[in-house]
Amino acid sequence: MTPRSPPPRRRSGDTDVDLVHRRMHLRDLVAEAGAGLLARPARVALTVLGTVIGIGALVATLGLSKTAGNQIVGRFDAVSATDVVVSPSIRGGGAGGTVLPWDGEARLRRLNGVVAAGTLSDVDVHGALVSSIPVTDPAAAGAVQLPMKAASPGLFRAVRARLSAGRYFDAGHSSHADRALVLGAGAARRLGIDRVDQQQAVFVGDRLYAVIGLLGSVERQLSLRGAAIVPEGTARQEFGLQAPGLAQIETRLGAVELIRRQAPVALSPRDPGLLKVAAPPDPRLLKQAVESDLNALFLLLGGVSLLVGAIGIANVTLVSVLERVGEIGLRRSLGAGRRHICAQFLVESTGMGLAGGLIGASLGTLVIVAVSAINTWTPVLDPWVPLGAPLLGALVGLVSGTYPALRAASLEPVEALRAGM
Amino acid sequence: MRPAAERRRAGGRRVSAASNALRRRRPWKSWVIELREVGRTFGADPPVVAVDGVDLTVRRGTSLAIVGPSGSGKTTLLNILGCLDRPSSGTYCLEGIDVGALSDDERAALRAHRIGFVFQSFNLLGHRTVAENVMLAEAYRGLPRQGRATRALEALRQVGMEDHAHHLPPKLSGGEQQRVAIARAIVGDHSLLLCDEPTGSLDSLNTEALLALFDELGEAGLTRVTVTHDEQVAAHADRRVRMIDGRMTEEDA
Repeated sequence: MTPRSPPPRRRSGDTDVDLVHRRMHLRDLVAEAGAGLLARPARVALTVLGTVIGIGALVATLGLSKTAGNQIVGRFDAVSATDVVVSPSIRGGGAGGTVLPWDGEARLRRLNGVVAAGTLSDVDVHGALVSSIPVTDPAAAGAVQLPMKAASPGLFRAVRARLSAGRYFDAGHSSHADRALVLGAGAARRLGIDRVDQQQAVFVGDRLYAVIGLLGSVERQLSLRGAAIVPEGTARQEFGLQAPGLAQIETRLGAVELIRRQAPVALSPRDPGLLKVAAPPDPRLLKQAVESDLNALFLLLGGVSLLVGAIGIANVTLVSVLERVGEIGLRRSLGAGRRHICAQFLVESTGMGLAGGLIGASLGTLVIVAVSAINTWTPVLDPWVPLGAPLLGALVGLVSGTYPALRAASLEPVEALRAGM
Repeated sequence: MRPAAERRRAGGRRVSAASNALRRRRPWKSWVIELREVGRTFGADPPVVAVDGVDLTVRRGTSLAIVGPSGSGKTTLLNILGCLDRPSSGTYCLEGIDVGALSDDERAALRAHRIGFVFQSFNLLGHRTVAENVMLAEAYRGLPRQGRATRALEALRQVGMEDHAHHLPPKLSGGEQQRVAIARAIVGDHSLLLCDEPTGSLDSLNTEALLALFDELGEAGLTRVTVTHDEQVAAHADRRVRMIDGRMTEEDA
């Protein structure tokens, strides 16, 4: 049955060209993968949804934490970042220490970066009650126990106090040890005093003090709201105050670190260690801490979403491989090598991840903008986040598609063809 | 739309024109297929012998029909001829190339450049147009994309389907789909066309048209090997062999 024929050769001269390494055109590869995806649009859309959620959550998390961090820092700067309090350390006697000098206010105000400064002390009135002399409502007031504070004149500005009536005492009141006081809003309410234009006075024990001012609000040293505040000179003479209890400083923005270092030296040059300084943490550190806390929580959620998305892509790609065994067989019969099949499925899964990344990054950015708009914040987002998120999605798709692609490539063409289309 | 018979006649005339071009491109060579003691065994406990010591040669431009009962090894032999499967023993040379010595990738390259397949169930991608299905055959050849669409339309013209280039396969009749599958199998410069029950899904009219098309392709120098149960198709071939229990016997044409 077999006619005489030449001995077999591995290759004939003119057919070597058939067997050289073939490289599929990238456009062909992308076109085939794209067509494979478009053939199942609903399933691809649902698969991509997992990556959309994951990438969207990551982008929104990073953006919102950055935005919120900036917002927190902004508010922090406005009030707290200028607040420095100096008081005796434990070595300096603690709360009852006598380290702070009487001219502390003047010393502090000489420091560059100090906006306002004052000293504040608790005054021991030995249980004396404070009672008002009724003017408008004789039946309202009686004797009450009020905390008595002594302050230097500059304290009111340092604690950002606002007057609702009258005036603050000044250096003259202190140096003359005048029996004048300013009432906090809570203290004035307890005493039934709401005006000072009729030379209102109160008794502290059996001593009569003129009320020269009423505080409306304070933003620092909130205990002042319920206290009666007398000049330091008065407290020294009337109640034997030994030394200021603390120094309150308001600094310029960004000067906290400087004042934190200089204030103890200014107040206690011989031994600054006798004083302790309470100052807010560096805003940058606070911002990083806030971002870090938010990131840790939400990145975990985003990571979980992304993992679910990756599993979804892997699962759907694997199902797609199993469903398309016949197609794989056809492609192998048409000359596709294993690497061509592998590459097609990898491009498909990478394409799904990339699409999910693009949509997710867009939605995440929109969420940041929307939340910022609602809260009148300034949206802040690192440029690499919306640019890198699609690449992360593509990477997720690539990794997810590796196993299904290898499995598709491992199919023998005969077995794949037998499975049919 | 023109009647099917008229379309077929028109298609036949075009094939004749294309045949001359193909004939000019292909230098004559003696054997396209050479099998020497080829065997294919599956499994080991116990081994199943699907093809047993087959010797076969097929000249260029001729047609061979392989007939035989189900399970006789016809399709296995066709898979070996199509470089989809490796023989367990013996030697298979395709146009002088010892296929058994080739790597997996080299055999895939050989399929891409030299072998066209036609299946009973057409195996067309339903979501791709007719033209895209035909062009798919060239995607794996690593050749420039330039002219691919033109060549695909030329192949469709040879089978009388150029007017359906932008249709989706599910919209076509069985005969039309098989013509598209043949266009996909002959696009480019193939030397061997392997058909597995190509008329299994066609009616008699479409079967006759397909056989006429095969004749035209044979005139162009295309070697055809067809596995079939259809006596009409088998009788149409230049040679006919029968497979029984993996062994091949020659039958009178």
